[in-house]
Parts: sequence; C-alpha cells; structure tokens
Amino acid sequence: MKENEKTINASGKTDIERIRHILSENNGSLMRTWLSICSRCGLCAESCFYYLAEKDPKLSPAYKLKATLGEMYRQKGNVDHEFLKHCYEILWFKCTMCKRCSLFCPFGIDIAAMMAVARNVCCSQGVTPNELLEFTENCRKSGNHMGLPPEEIVDVCQWLEEEIEDEIKGVTIPIDKPDVKYMYTINPREVVFYPNDILDAAVIFSIAEESWTIPSFGWDCTNLPMFAGERDAAAQAVKNVYNQAIKIGAEKILITECGHAYRSLAFEGPYMAGYPEGKPPVEVVHYVELIHEYLVNGIISVDPAKKFKEPVTYQDPCNVGRNGGFWKEPRKIMEYIAHDFRDMIPSGEYNHCCGGGGGIMPMGPNYKPGRMEAGKIKARQIKETGAKIVISPCHNCYDQISDLGEKYNLGIEVLSIKEALRKMLVIPEKFKPVSLSP
Amino acid sequence: MYEFFSGPMLWIAFSFFLFGLAANIISTFTLSRSKDRIFYNHANAVWGIKSVLIWLLPLGSVSMRRQPFFTLIGFMFHISLITVPLFLNAHNILWDENFGISLWSIPDSISDILTIACILSGIFLMLRRAVKREVRILTEKRDYALIIITLLPFITGFLAYRQWGDYETILLLHIVTAEILLIIIPFTKLSHMIFFFFTRLFIGFEMGGRRGTKTW
Ligand code: HEM
Ligand code: SF4
Ligand code: SF4
Repeated sequence: MKENEKTINASGKTDIERIRHILSENNGSLMRTWLSICSRCGLCAESCFYYLAEKDPKLSPAYKLKATLGEMYRQKGNVDHEFLKHCYEILWFKCTMCKRCSLFCPFGIDIAAMMAVARNVCCSQGVTPNELLEFTENCRKSGNHMGLPPEEIVDVCQWLEEEIEDEIKGVTIPIDKPDVKYMYTINPREVVFYPNDILDAAVIFSIAEESWTIPSFGWDCTNLPMFAGERDAAAQAVKNVYNQAIKIGAEKILITECGHAYRSLAFEGPYMAGYPEGKPPVEVVHYVELIHEYLVNGIISVDPAKKFKEPVTYQDPCNVGRNGGFWKEPRKIMEYIAHDFRDMIPSGEYNHCCGGGGGIMPMGPNYKPGRMEAGKIKARQIKETGAKIVISPCHNCYDQISDLGEKYNLGIEVLSIKEALRKMLVIPEKFKPVSLSP
Repeated sequence: MYEFFSGPMLWIAFSFFLFGLAANIISTFTLSRSKDRIFYNHANAVWGIKSVLIWLLPLGSVSMRRQPFFTLIGFMFHISLITVPLFLNAHNILWDENFGISLWSIPDSISDILTIACILSGIFLMLRRAVKREVRILTEKRDYALIIITLLPFITGFLAYRQWGDYETILLLHIVTAEILLIIIPFTKLSHMIFFFFTRLFIGFEMGGRRGTKTW
C-alpha cells in the first residue's frame, strides 16, 4: 500500500511519554481484564468478515488485537515508528470496529473498543490516514466535514424547496427553527452529492406534518475524527450537535440514514463530550425509528400498488443494527415497501459489516481494492438472497454495496429508505399542487 | 517432606488462591469505580444475568453452536475440573478431618470417569491448539503450560487412585502439583474463573442494556 506512506509522520521518532499517557488513561479495570483473560481460544476468528474473506489467521480479531494494542501495553508504550506503521495497516484496513467479534467471544471481550484506543495511540504519533485528517481539519475549521460555510446549507435547502414546489405543495425545510420536536442532522455528503436525500426527508416530514428543523450550524451528525483517533476533534464534533440542539430548544436530535453518526451521538459521544452518566444531553433518534413510527401509526402511508415487486434485501449497518439496536424496525418497514423481502444470512444483530465501515469508505477510491476484497462476504450474502434491490439506511453501506454490485456483477440497485419510500409514498390531496392543465 | 506439603504448604497454597482471587476482585472493583463508569452507567440485571448464564449452558450461544465439538470438550474439561476436586470422596474425608466441613461426595467410579474425561479433553485442547491455524497463531508456550499444569493434579490423582507407580511419590506429586495450580490461578489467565463473570456482565450491559443486542 504505497499511498499510505505519505501519511506517516516524517520524523520517525515516537513520543513515548504521550503514548504512555494514552495507554494509562485507558488502563481501567475492563482493559486490564480483557488483556489478561483472552484465553486465545480462537472462537472469534470466524466472526470477523476480514478473516472469513481471506482465511488468514492473522486476521482473527484476537490476533489483530494482540499485534497492536496488546503489544503496545506489553512494551509499556515503548514502541517505534516501524511498529506503529505496522499497526496502521491492521487498525484502519483490517478492522472496521463492527463489534461482531464481541458476540462470539466467550468472555465478551470488546475488541472494537480496544482497537479504538490503538487508533488513538497511532493518531497521537501522526500515524493515521491523511484523508481522515483532512476531514478532521475541516471539522475544526467549520464544524462540518466538508468545510461548508453556513450559507451553503441554507442555500441548498432553499433551492430544494423551489425544486419540489411544482410536484408537491407546501414542502418546507425550516432552518434554525426554535423549539421543534426534531433537530434533523445530516451527512455532509447529502449537501454536496445527494441533495435529493434532504429533499426526500423534507417531503416525508412535511407530509407527516412534523415539527422539525435543520440547523445552520451543528447539522453535521457524522464523526470521522472518531475513526481517525482524534479524540478532541471527535468530542468537538458531537458537542457541536448537542449544543446546537440545546441552544435552539429542540426536543430530540434526529439523525439521517447514517450508521456511525448514530453510534457517535447516541453511544460514544456522551463519553467523548464528558457527560459522566453516558447519556446524551438531548435524546438521539435514528431515522429508522421515526419512519417505523410513522408507518405503523399511519402518519404516512405507502401505495400498495407501487410496492417493490422485485426481491428486496436489507443491509443492517453495524452501527444501526448490532451497535444501534434497530433491526426489527427496519424489517417492519420492509413489509410496507416490498412484496418479496429476503433476509440475508446472517442478519440483524449478527449481520456482517459491508466492509466500508470504520472510516474506510469516506477515505475514497484509493482504498477500493482492499474494500472489495473484504466485501466478498457481503457480496456473497447478497447474491444468495437473489435480491435485485438492497436497502440500507447508511451512506457507507450504500456506497460500499454499490461498488460491490459493480465489482461482483450482482445486478442490484442500492437505495436508502427515503429513496425507496419516495417512490411509493401516498401524497395526500392537500399536498398536491393545483393542476394547471385544463 | 510429605508432612510439609500436606500441611503448612497446603495452607499457603489455599491462602494464595483465596487471597489472590480476593485481591483481584478488590483491585478490579476499586479501579472500576474510578475509571470504568461505563460499567455502572448501563448496568441492567436482566441483560447482565442472561449474558453470563447463557454462556454457562452448553451450546447456549450462537458461537458455541458453530463449534459444537470444541464446546462440548470445553465443557467436559471444565465440569470435571471443578467437580472432581470438590466432590471426590477422598477429598471430602480430608475436608472433614481438617475443617470439619464436607460437601456431598460423588462415587469413586464417577470421579474416575470424570478424571479421565478431564485428561482426554485437556489433551484434545492441546491438539486443537497445535492443529487449527487460527488458534495456533494465537498460542504461546504458556498456553500449553497452563493446560499441562491444570492436568497434572488429575494425572497424578488418577495414578494414585489406581496405585500405579510408587504410591508415596505419586501422592506427593499430586499434592505438589495441585498446590502449584492453586497458587498460579490468580496470577494467570486462569483467573478467568472469576473475571469471566465481570467481562460477561459488562458486554451484557453494554450491548443488551444499552442497545437491546444479544451477546450470545
Ligand atoms: C466458573 C469457572 C470457569 C469458567 C466460567 C470458565 C470459562 C472458560 C472459558 C469460556 C474458556 C474458553 C473456551 C474454552 O476453552 O472452553 C476457558 C478456557 C480455559 N479454562 Fe476455564 N473457566 C472456569 C474455570 C476454570 C478453572 C478453575 C480452570 C483451571 C484451573 C480453568 C482452566 C481453563 C483452561 C486451561 C482454559 C484454556 C483451554 C485452552 O487452552 O484451550 N477454567 N474457560
Ligand atoms: S470489530 Fe469487526 S472487523 Fe474488527 S475484528 Fe471484530 S469482527 Fe473483525
Ligand atoms: S474469542 Fe475471545 S477469548 Fe477467544 S481468542 Fe478471541 S478474544 Fe480471545
């Protein structure tokens, strides 16, 4: 992997004091116990899709851990750059921190949490992917990953409102509206590459007559500094969202169809931002929860004639399913939108990562070969369902599975839940524009 | 010699074992109060208990069902490992003589079968380590050593019961190896006999209590 070389800190020296500090900060009772009781039974190997894809014993979770964080602790932080470079290849390219292994380990060792500490150590020594660092810099400067100025989001939303006028009446995208029920936070990719996602959401919220807003700051729910191992910037990213919600008096923070944003804001964020109880200051809701609620309560409805007739499958994003707790709700949603729903095996909390998690997907096309190799398992799973449509509420899964579809000729179309719903949503009369034709 | 190892040394070994485990528990507890609030923040009795108990049932978890043979051997190993020392008739006579307490005794024939099961399963676990690539790469010399140290009291006990070899020597070896095992448990990965409950509770809280995700 030549292209990774450039990310390596040129001085070649490591700041051992700093490494020791990070190791000791994290050396709590859980860390100590995990490090000491792994019975090296190897049960975790077959849980990891990286291992399954290549059957290389070096890809078993316990080995990856032992070779990285385990070694850092054993050496008491006294490690050199060569070693950190070696860790780098494992930490960012051989583990997406999907936590599947923890369900398969007899001791329930939280390998992913430990890998995060190891990323933190590497990052403190400048050993971290440049791409993630660029996103981190953008976050520091502008509060969002793409470095967009606040006007940009306002402009995009206004333009979208105009776009939809002729099709559906009364769709608005309220900006910075105080005291709403949901402060809707999005993935910056929606602003730049997929503005229709924002529009689809706006249509659904408008029809549901929801009380919602997009803030002009703190709208970016994603958190790549978390994957870069930049703890401070990661903390700042979640604080931006929490504080904005508090400031505008929003009752809840609603997250777009994104996996890691939910993990970041709902589970890791409170600890990063220093809420000792481990709970976010404002309740965090994932998009699939809300859509499930809408459909079940008949707040929005679907035209049965337009339901998908082709076989459909659902990709559980690790951070919505296993690490978010939502796999039943999306399956209920599938009942509304698909005639022929076929689950992958395994699925739900046991689903395999798509191979695009842990920050690797946003790092761009340079890393595609590795992603395609690791995604073999996912491609096979999809193929076995025979599905023609794959639905997933996560931008990373979406992009990775689109790539997999091409690479492995799966003949699939990938959709987010919003996109799927928009194709079949019933638009009540009062939202239909007055027909101009005679 | 025999008097020392079956007298004071036995006390020393038991003290190491019990105080060692107690020290493990206390230091882990103290450290967790200051550094692992996450453990307490999401504590949830139902999820925690399930996360422990289901993993104590043979083939209770998906992971175990995927490797049924290894699981059954693992259980055989552990069940005999824990049952025989506690419930062996000859041990119970000793418990009674020394501490004035005794547990139920199991018939010698069953102890004998369990002992053989323990030794055979221990040998299987070692073979597995040598043969399976994903296990071999994780394995260090001390992993074999620990299985051997665990087995030695059983092998010597087995020989003593049959009175094979020089009884006096074998019995002495039996006592010494058992003492070694007791002493090292708190200081090696064998301390999992208590930490198992701690880490399983945590993952039950973290995945189940916080997210509703099963960990078995
Ligand atoms: C309640 C008590 C215990 C529990 C819940 C427990 C649980 C486990 C588990 C889950 C494993 C890993 C999987 C396996 O190899 O089956 C294991 C391995 C092991 N346990 Fe235990 N254990 C307990 C007590 C003990 C004791 C008292 C000893 C020894 C004195 C012991 C010795 C071992 C050994 C040597 C291994 C490793 C086997 C190998 O190398 O493959 N265990 N235990
Ligand atoms: S967290 Fe996921 S990718 Fe990482 S070692 Fe575990 S199973 Fe593999
Ligand atoms: S399953 Fe758990 S105990 Fe076994 S090797 Fe993997 S991490 Fe270690």
